[in-house]
Amino acid sequence: MKKFMFVNRKAPYGSVYALESLEVVLITAAFEQQVSVVFLDDGVYQLVKGGQTRGIEMKNHIPAYRVLPDYDIDKFYVERESMEARGLTPEDFVVDVIVLSAAELGALMEEQDVVLSF
Amino acid sequence: MLHIVNKSPFDRPTLATVARVAQGGALLLIEDAVVAATQGVASPLAEIQKKMPVYVLGPDLEARGLNERVIEGVTVVDYNGFVQLVAEHRNCQSWL
Amino acid sequence: MATIEVAGKTIEVDEEGYLTNLSDWDEEVAKEIAKSEGIELSENHWEVVNFLREYYQEYQVAPPIRVLTKAIAKKLGPEKGNSDYLYELFPYGPAKQACKIAGLPKPTGCV
Repeated sequence: MKKFMFVNRKAPYGSVYALESLEVVLITAAFEQQVSVVFLDDGVYQLVKGGQTRGIEMKNHIPAYRVLPDYDIDKFYVERESMEARGLTPEDFVVDVIVLSAAELGALMEEQDVVLSF
Repeated sequence: MLHIVNKSPFDRPTLATVARVAQGGALLLIEDAVVAATQGVASPLAEIQKKMPVYVLGPDLEARGLNERVIEGVTVVDYNGFVQLVAEHRNCQSWL
Repeated sequence: MATIEVAGKTIEVDEEGYLTNLSDWDEEVAKEIAKSEGIELSENHWEVVNFLREYYQEYQVAPPIRVLTKAIAKKLGPEKGNSDYLYELFPYGPAKQACKIAGLPKPTGCV
């Protein structure tokens, strides 16, 4: 089993990165690897709850993060500085997250076998 | 870990994120990010240089006419050097 | 573009038989897709199909088998949330067949 990390740094909907990342996370999960998902910079906006996408006629993929624990993916990391710079707190997110300092996140990245960037 | 950046610091704050998060390994600047390795450009590169060696891709510098302007302490590599850097590190992060 | 005929209506499907538009689904459509899969829908089949529709409504994800069994076990109990039971209902792959009949896309991560 390999350690896979997904690094999300883009806000949802303005580009296709966030949705593509989630699709790859789901596919990786099917191969039963050890997966962690990281949100920093504008990527933290991907976890904000309460979004309604009907008005922009796009699929709302945020609720899917809530089923990832059923795929044995439950390690969601958020970088503190990115979160705080955007006026967000862990209560604003759709899943339980682990808040890390930049240095802690950097150390965690070093441990990975595969890092996929979105 | 090899950190790769490909966007100009004037376009995105990616280098600031790398300066904050990256703990070691090396940084390679490619494509538009090569401007960060040239004289007179304000960027968080000096901060990153304190933590790890910085490399810049020669063909991208030359294409932009910037190869004479590389700042001190940055190593220029060719495509073989790029491959070697990837091979030397156990993993790699492309900061899109 | 492939289509199926249900009660005089023409409905678009992809090359594997999954509905192109989720909103085209109704119970008659489900019965028609089931028939083409060689399945006559019993109450137990409907339970799984309806479960999948609610699941998709909430999470926007069509679950692969491993996740489906887990989720069904949670909601309907372990005697239904296991692959033996689900394979008996949907012999050619519970997630694939049940998702198709429920009008969902093919599960992500399903080959």
